[in-house]
Amino acid sequence: MKKKLKRLTEMNLFMPVICLLAVLLINVITTPGFFRITMNQGVLYGYIIDVINRASELVVLAVGMTLVTAASGGQDISVGAVMAVSAAICCQILSGGEASVTSYQNSMILAVIAALAGAALCGAFNGFLVAKLNIQPMVATLILFTAGRGIAQLITKGQITYVRVDSYKTLGGYLGKSPVPTPIFAAALVLLVVWLILHKTSLGLYIESVGVNSTASHLVGLNSTMIKFLTYVICGLLAGVAGLIASSRIYSADANNIGLNLEMDAILAVALGGNVLGGGKFSLMGSVIGAYTIQSLTTTLYAMNVSADQLPVYKAIVVIVIVTLQSPVFRKKMKTLRGKGGGMRKSKERAAVKGGNQV
Amino acid sequence: MKKRKSLNASTYILIITILLFFVMYAAGMIAFKDKGFAKPQMFLNLFISNAGLLVIAMGETIVMITGGIDISVGSVTALVCMTAANQMQNHGASAWMAVVISLAIGLAFGLVQGYLVAYLDIQPFIVTLAGMFFGRGMTSVISTDMISIKNEQFLSWANHKIYLPIGTYSKRGKFLPAYIYPTVVIALIVLVLIILIMKYTKFGRSVYAIGGNVSSAMMMGLNVRKTKLKAYVLDGFLAGLGGFLFALNSCSGFVEQAKGFEMDAISSSVIGGTLLSGGVGLPFGTLFGVLIKGTISSLITTQGTLSSWWVRITLSALLCFFIVLQAILISMKKKKK
Repeated sequence: MKKKLKRLTEMNLFMPVICLLAVLLINVITTPGFFRITMNQGVLYGYIIDVINRASELVVLAVGMTLVTAASGGQDISVGAVMAVSAAICCQILSGGEASVTSYQNSMILAVIAALAGAALCGAFNGFLVAKLNIQPMVATLILFTAGRGIAQLITKGQITYVRVDSYKTLGGYLGKSPVPTPIFAAALVLLVVWLILHKTSLGLYIESVGVNSTASHLVGLNSTMIKFLTYVICGLLAGVAGLIASSRIYSADANNIGLNLEMDAILAVALGGNVLGGGKFSLMGSVIGAYTIQSLTTTLYAMNVSADQLPVYKAIVVIVIVTLQSPVFRKKMKTLRGKGGGMRKSKERAAVKGGNQV
Repeated sequence: MKKRKSLNASTYILIITILLFFVMYAAGMIAFKDKGFAKPQMFLNLFISNAGLLVIAMGETIVMITGGIDISVGSVTALVCMTAANQMQNHGASAWMAVVISLAIGLAFGLVQGYLVAYLDIQPFIVTLAGMFFGRGMTSVISTDMISIKNEQFLSWANHKIYLPIGTYSKRGKFLPAYIYPTVVIALIVLVLIILIMKYTKFGRSVYAIGGNVSSAMMMGLNVRKTKLKAYVLDGFLAGLGGFLFALNSCSGFVEQAKGFEMDAISSSVIGGTLLSGGVGLPFGTLFGVLIKGTISSLITTQGTLSSWWVRITLSALLCFFIVLQAILISMKKKKK
């Protein structure tokens, strides 16, 4: 029994890892020296470091998105906007209302706590709509998706607030003399904390059971509403953390651009990680691998001279391919077409890629 | 019995919406009397600036009645405007050609998305989210700069004023007739057609049946997949047409165009009484949803000092209010059972 389970978990992570390796392989071919890491002024440099560094926000978002997806069978598309809100709150408090400051006007701790509280509040709002009022998750989060950036604009009064203080750049830069960028640590820390919470308490199990069957979970005595609500609050909070990292990188709050299109990447990471977008069982590690895959893909596309505006086209195609692969109808069709065979997976992929190109 | 009750819930919302519109408009007339809010032209401007949205919201309503959603319409609009502008300015296409291209783009989106939703059972939201990013991305593939349309035929369509027998008198006593553009006429024709289709054709009734309860619709012998596909194709077509009307209004194409349009279309439908759970909704209600959106933006523009972000925020708040209202009405209905 244990052996079987082990094999299953290996199977679950099999596809995401293959995807990651495939993208990395393309990277190596297109950019020679992709894996070369050099030390420069006591800091590590290299494409691969850059990918891991830039993927940090995405990892944090993907963790939250995985929980939301697992519990409610829907996605939170407001995470990008919530990032902007949290960044706006933090910078606005630190700058005390000025457009650009060179020293803190208020305490850093207050600003961070307020920013995270604001983000968690956004999450709670989404959670209330989804869990309590039973509104489709993506419609409920559509409200903040559109209004969120507007709220962030109002907080910063329509300007880009700069906090030009060295200690503010720590989170997005380097901690002391550490050669590794801080965002990597931040992402690892978030991952560790969430992993501990999920595995040392029964929350992880509860989330899965609510996702598999909300009514049945309710009947065995789980508070489904509360669990769903909680996942949205966690997702909001994590979006806030990601917002702080992103804001620290550019030491400012740019309400229009922080976390732009990141919701798409986060959903993509969850899907790439082998998680079913309809909810139920989930794998945090899968999503994390998915997040790194996407960041590598983004880097590859940039290396191939694709502009930032055009990136969504390719990502949209990847999403469609993945969801088509996951679709039960498609799987059934392939099964009847090919029968059960070892080489099925590859042919599936090829067929889907073809379909994707037609889109 | 069940059907009648759910219709009642929708009727409540529709009545609230219509009342809200008149209250808002009347408030605007009183508050901004000196700025011409009471003139008939101001009212017609609501239609002129929202003709494209009206057509797109019609498509959105149909898709939402099937229980789905389409958030790609804003990007389709941008793509249509950009392609039309690019074809006319840089490739010498005629205005008629631009119409055909616009409709073809809309149809293509509708077909692909409809197939994925109806025949592969993928969540509509994910499919159209991908469509949204695809459309916006393609727009910037065509051009990242703004393209203004200078095609004569196109501009003559865009600026052709149709005068109405109503109007106001200027200070010197000269009669100033109120006018509309051809886009308004097209939008109103679409509105009437959609109302008729949804009410009297087999397709329209099937859409309601599927949205109400998929399994019973299937047992009744309706072809659920085909109807869903048709709904998405019609929605795509209307998005293409609406996009073209939008282009007639803006006479340009740029990447950021019609950003958040999907939100306007969805909120117009919801405010007009379309239930997010599907099965209930009236195209006529959507008209009022669009008018409310128009009133909010013209109130905020007339007021002058508030930033344009307030339009989005007010609309989101209003959408939130109506969604909660729907949820309460539905839960009340369940309790009665």
